[in-house]
Order: sequence, then C-alpha cells, then structure tokens
Amino acid sequence: MDATSMWLIILGMGVITYLLRFGSLQLASRWTLSSFQQTVLRFVPVAVLSAIVAIELFVPGGQLQVSPLSNPRIIAAALAIGVCLKTRKILPTIAVGMVSLWILQAIL
Amino acid sequence: MNDSSQQFSTPWQDFLAGLQATLPLAPSVAPFGMLFGTLALTAGMTPWMAQVMSIVVFAGSSQFLAVQLMAGGAPGIIIFLTTLVVNLRHVLYGMSLSTYFKKFPTPTKALLAYLMTDEAYAITISRLRQAEQGVPLAHPGWYNFGSGLTLNLIWQISTAIGILFGALIPDSWSLDFAVPLTFIALVVPSLTGKAEVAAALCAGLAGVLLAGMPLKLGIIAAAIIGILAGVIVEQRTRPAQLPGSPTSERE
Repeated sequence: MDATSMWLIILGMGVITYLLRFGSLQLASRWTLSSFQQTVLRFVPVAVLSAIVAIELFVPGGQLQVSPLSNPRIIAAALAIGVCLKTRKILPTIAVGMVSLWILQAIL
Repeated sequence: MNDSSQQFSTPWQDFLAGLQATLPLAPSVAPFGMLFGTLALTAGMTPWMAQVMSIVVFAGSSQFLAVQLMAGGAPGIIIFLTTLVVNLRHVLYGMSLSTYFKKFPTPTKALLAYLMTDEAYAITISRLRQAEQGVPLAHPGWYNFGSGLTLNLIWQISTAIGILFGALIPDSWSLDFAVPLTFIALVVPSLTGKAEVAAALCAGLAGVLLAGMPLKLGIIAAAIIGILAGVIVEQRTRPAQLPGSPTSERE
C-alpha cells in the first residue's frame, strides 16, 4: 500500500473514531433523557466492563479456557474479587491478582 | 447539598486524583503501545505514520486491526468499517458520561471526547458512582481529564518506544492481566443490588458465549444483554422508585 493511501486511512480512522466519541458525549445536551433512559445508562458500565473482563478471563487470545487448571487467571481473578469485596480498594485488588497469577504460573 | 464546612477540592486536585487513579494501569497499557509501534513498522508504515496513528486515532484495538489489514492489502473502506465497528463501544461511554458532562462548554467536551478510552471511562464512571454515594467530586471534568491525559501520554510514549526499540517486554510477565484486574476492582464495588449483579452476570456469560463474533461485536451484544437484564431485574425489584441517577439539575 502506498504512503498516501496509508495517510488517508489514518486520517479517516481518526475522524470516524472521534465522531463516535464526540457525538455520543454531546448526547445529553441535545436531548433530555427520560428516567427510563437514565436507568438504562446506569447499567452501561457494569455490563460493558463485566463483558470485557469475562472475555479476557475465559477466552484469552480467542480460545475458550474455562478450566482453572489450564487457566490460572481464573483463580487469580477469583482471589482478586475476594480481596476487592473485603477492602474495596484498587491497588490491593490488582496486587493480589498479579502476585497470585505469578505464583500459580510458577506452580502449574 | 454539600456541607458548608467541607472544603471543595480544587480542579488541580481532581485532575491529580484522576491521574493517580490511572497510573497503576501504565504497566499493562505500555506493552500494547510498544507492540503496536513495532507491528506498524513491520506492516510497512513509517515511524511518523505509526506515531501519528496513535495520536490521531488513539484506540488500541482498532489500530492493531488496521495495521494488520493494511499489511494484508485490504481496501480503505474495509478498514474504515472495521474501525467503526470495533470502536462502537465508545458510543456507550459517551452516552453514559454525557449526563454528567451536560453543562460543560463544547470545547471542553471536544477535548474530553478525544481522550475517551475504556480505561478512562471505567475510572471516571467509578469515581462518579462513588460521588453519588457520598464522596463528592467537585470537578468531574478535571478528574476525567487527568485520567484521559495520563492514558494518552502513556500510549504515545509507549508507541514511540516500540517504534524506536522494538518489543522488549517478556510475555511471561503477563502484565496485560492488570487490565481485567482493574476493571474487576471497579465493577465489584458497584454491585450494590440484585439488578447490578444480574447485569454483570448476564453480560459476562453473554460475553464468553459471543466472544467468537468478529470485530469485537460480542462485547456490545453482551453489554446490551447485560443492560437488559439489569433493567428487567430493576423494574421487578424496585418498580415504584425512580432511579438514583443524575437528573438534569445536576452540575
């Protein structure tokens, strides 16, 4: 692919991505949201992040791996969830998760 | 209303709070930036093209996909379509934050929109939910700015390192695991009721079942399923209550 085409693609991608981000952020200024619509929006973060987490945990690299024995990340994540329920803090959650993963990877 | 004896945080303090909340993600984001820098060169892009793509697009998964498609000789229209679909989830983020940012001037929103990513959104919305539960955030725009700018700088610097030095991080460190861990740390405290738990479980299950869908469509489909589940459970368990979500009077 020649350089000009690549530059045009880069610019086009930037415009598309930015319009998605900016257009949606303007939404509430243009339309007042009903209470039902606000309810729906309230579940967006939980739903999106849960989907992302589940996919990264159970389908790493496109391969389904639900067995804790072959996929130590499941156990590490479970421990991290436990720590999070107790401490409600980000850093201990990440720390316990990472350390557990390293230990499990060394053992298994 | 706010207690008058409480001191409001300054914009700078909220900016720093956003920055500090985002810095722990650096070790997990940086390797991807470096990898992109390296891949872009392998695909035939010049160093400037790769860096400018990270600046102008600033969306990792679509950048990876585009570079691979370009190397494979795909026509521009295909690359544009895949970019659109892969980055579609940012619409959910913008919609979700638009109620909180409603009164910001347009240039502010224009800047914050440029800096929007999965991570910046997750960190900001988590802090906004905390604010609703009693830990006020005086300047959510500055907080979001601190988070988004931090991510952006990490991305640009790591791209540059990847361009200049090639992939140097050992895969065995599994630093990318810090990303789902951070999302776990943000989601778990927000599971305050049956509806939220239902949303999380349904979205997670659907995400795994739909992971085979191309172009990350599975994430959006799973999110929609999770949102539906949450709304349904909400209407069953709390039908008469209005949701405790932002009203148009909120600043």
